Amino acid sequence: MDEELLKEYSELLPQKVLDEIKDAVPSNISKSKLKEILDKTLEEYNTMKVSPGECVGLVGAESIGEPGTQMTLNTFHFAGVSEMNVTMGLPRIIEILDCSKSLSTPMMEIYLKSPLNKGKGIKEFAENVKETKLRECIKEISVNIGNSSIEISLDKEKMDLLHITRKKLISIMDASLKGFTVKENDELIVVKPRGKDDTVNSLFKAKEKLKEMYVSGIKGITQVLPVKKGEEYIIITAGTNLKVVLEMEEVDATRTISNDSLEISEILGIEAARESVLNEVKKVIDVQGLNVDVRHIMLVADIMCISGAVKGITRYGVVSEKSSVLARASFETPLKHIINASISGERDHLNSVVENVMLNQVIPIGCGMPKLVLENEKGEKAK
Amino acid sequence: MTEVYLNGKFVGDVENPVEFVDHIITERRKGVLSPNINVLYVKENDNIIIEAGKGRLRRPLLVIKEGKPLLTEKHVSQLEKGELTWSDLINQGIIEYLDALEEENVLVAFTEEELTPEHTHMEISPMVQLGLCASLVPFGNHNQSTRLNAGSKNQKQALGLYIANYLVRMDMDVNILQTPQMPIVNTIMHEISEYDKHPSGQNIIVAIMSYKGYNMEDAIILNKGSIERGLGRSTYYRPSIAEELRYSGGLVDQISIPDKEVKGYRSEKDYRLLEGDGIIYPEAFINEGDVLIGKTSPPRFLSSMDEYNLVSNMRRESSVTVKHGERGYVDFVLITENEEGNKLVQVRIRDQRVPEVGDKFTSRHGQKGVVGLIVNHTDMPFSASGIVPDLIFSPHSIPSRMTVAHLLELIGGKVGALSGRFIDGTTFDSETEEDLRAELLKCGFRENGTETMYNGMTGEMFEAKIYMGNMYYMKLKHMVANKIHSRARGPVQLLTRQPTEGRAKEGGLRLGEMEKDTFVAHGASLLLKERFDADRTIVPVCESCGLIAIKDEFKNKHFCPICGDDVEVTNIELAYAFKLILDEFKSLCIYPKLELKGKY
Repeated sequence: MDEELLKEYSELLPQKVLDEIKDAVPSNISKSKLKEILDKTLEEYNTMKVSPGECVGLVGAESIGEPGTQMTLNTFHFAGVSEMNVTMGLPRIIEILDCSKSLSTPMMEIYLKSPLNKGKGIKEFAENVKETKLRECIKEISVNIGNSSIEISLDKEKMDLLHITRKKLISIMDASLKGFTVKENDELIVVKPRGKDDTVNSLFKAKEKLKEMYVSGIKGITQVLPVKKGEEYIIITAGTNLKVVLEMEEVDATRTISNDSLEISEILGIEAARESVLNEVKKVIDVQGLNVDVRHIMLVADIMCISGAVKGITRYGVVSEKSSVLARASFETPLKHIINASISGERDHLNSVVENVMLNQVIPIGCGMPKLVLENEKGEKAK
Repeated sequence: MTEVYLNGKFVGDVENPVEFVDHIITERRKGVLSPNINVLYVKENDNIIIEAGKGRLRRPLLVIKEGKPLLTEKHVSQLEKGELTWSDLINQGIIEYLDALEEENVLVAFTEEELTPEHTHMEISPMVQLGLCASLVPFGNHNQSTRLNAGSKNQKQALGLYIANYLVRMDMDVNILQTPQMPIVNTIMHEISEYDKHPSGQNIIVAIMSYKGYNMEDAIILNKGSIERGLGRSTYYRPSIAEELRYSGGLVDQISIPDKEVKGYRSEKDYRLLEGDGIIYPEAFINEGDVLIGKTSPPRFLSSMDEYNLVSNMRRESSVTVKHGERGYVDFVLITENEEGNKLVQVRIRDQRVPEVGDKFTSRHGQKGVVGLIVNHTDMPFSASGIVPDLIFSPHSIPSRMTVAHLLELIGGKVGALSGRFIDGTTFDSETEEDLRAELLKCGFRENGTETMYNGMTGEMFEAKIYMGNMYYMKLKHMVANKIHSRARGPVQLLTRQPTEGRAKEGGLRLGEMEKDTFVAHGASLLLKERFDADRTIVPVCESCGLIAIKDEFKNKHFCPICGDDVEVTNIELAYAFKLILDEFKSLCIYPKLELKGKY
């Protein structure tokens, strides 16, 4: 194989294509034949390129937007767990592209190392991952107005499953409740206010606070569901906390992901976030059985991540980055943009499509792009 | 204790709710209490609701006692003789009206066969569950419910004889079918509603087959010969109204042929049809733009100064003209006065509407379609006995919609036409398919309604047997003549200088935001610019301040209202709408400065 010849083409063809050719042709191929193949490939490759002036953004937008009109079914259910609905369809697309801070169904897919990924002890592990609140490991909680105290009776079985001891629970309660004393009393745990200002109201407030008190597990993960994916077992969670989960020893940190692009960008960086946006949009479109070329979605993901932080396609995100006042004003809240522009004396260079449509000028796209410059007899360029 | 509510208000308690309610009902049936009272015992809430107010939807049901209706054969024969009336039955408690409330506690049988001792009521007829229009659909029980709905909706839009004295009325948008017929296949409701007094369709011969692809997608083929013999021919009437309004200062409108001095005088040709009183004469043929009633109005803003101003003292032309796209004959002229005593003139226009391509027709089964092609009589397929269909309907309209009644009506109509009688197609109570088919066979036709047919153009026999028979078809009020519209150049809006919207204003068809996107996506930017050139303007711009300058046409000089005369002004090409937004910016105290640059 002529490595020299391949190198010559490394500037003209992407490495991936060259590698594929290398794998496909027999190693004893003659130089002229290889050159013929490479030339043919190059020709094909160049015809497939997007021409300059092609309106890729708009074509991308329409290509994602049009199938969006056909989307049905806004949720997706996991068999067996009724609480675990996943937002899908158009609402999910909007959520991803707007880059919402609070997703309606944040989720994680936790991949595990051996032996957990064979399914051994996965249930116990999952239970430990799940955030446990006090209300889940008690039988009963009640306010005893007679001696102004809160009485808690514990659920032993649940506590054993979670490996929580009574002592640990009491110490947690002691630390999180200020102004109260926590005491053991036979089967009960009794919480009493320390001071004298023991209004019933404050007791009830403390009771509500106790119920939602964090006991164990990973904060933010409200549901866990071990499922079999292909050959191995993984855990699907409702709620995310990528940072803590990735630090766990049993977790395969190379594959574990969350569906929150913002979280991913914070913890794994912007490249991972771009990939996440791409995958999440793709997932929705695939579930609906629609067909959108990935390159359209890639373009959107690129635009969202180009500044180094994930930005939504909203008037606060990507649209606010547009340089043209008129283009921004034509999107949303026109008055705001025009007034702000007039305060700072902004200049609109009319470089993009929307502004030129507004002025009814030739838009700088496609056949409106090339400019004709004539030279006169003296060789001067016309103005 | 059970609480009792009368018309939503608490009135007291009772000990035995069931007994109490039963008592009210028996007293009502006896006629002691008003038949308008309805009562319900709600077990879950343990309260009794009595309603006697107005605005409740109620319907009559036969009362059942011990599995037998109170209505006997004797009652029926008495009814037939006229010895008994409907209200007698109600007073005797044989029939009672229930509202939605009381219906909660009763068990209603559908037919007499399914009566059990538990039943409390029975439907008078299974057909009463249908409304008026739905019960006009023959064999309705063979149709899917959505089609029954669509069918009854379509009937409301059918042209017919909506009222007999239409000639002396001045209703807006009147359509009268010229030769309406009573349907051959009818229901009991046709009789009850005296449908023969106001029919709205015609019995025509329908063949279910395709024809050169011109009846794809619900289109229908019409026989030109049938149209010339009067199929689907209707008359359209529309009055135009003019009134001599009175204004402040004793000024009035005047109905007369306008003077030539009047502001906005049309051409003499436009007024040619007016008679001395300024009103058009009956039976005049009129076209778009012709004046029907000549009228002038006093000048709009009259102040004391204007009395010396000749221009503003002129009366305005305000004649009533034929609307854009309309034509016809003047049918009737009415001169009268209105409530305020003003002179009122109404001119009714008449136009004959012959079916044309695009007009909408429907059967009674929600099988509507527009005319796709009008075929010469000679080119239509014909049967062995020489029958030529009036209409060809596409077989593809049948399977997905499952309108079996459409097919049954076709057989029924064929039998009715051959044996010279009306066919009863009452929903749930119709003549059976077997009987109709047997009768068809007796008439000498194929039992399944198909016939051997021949290609009208080549004379060759079709391989397939064609399903052909009589059906009741209706012409719907949506006619192309009222909707056809196109424009190349035309009126523009005053504010934006963009084309007007809508057919009445001869408007343009908007190339919207998404349509614009398609041009952009194809990179057809020069085409896009040309498309949006409708409000193109040339605006002079001051080079030094960047604001729009003024051209003095008298001196043929440009000047800038801010920088003065001595300034360089350049003409630029803009959308007028953009010039408008620049003006709006200025009104908001925002300075939109245009920086001009050579194009190349």
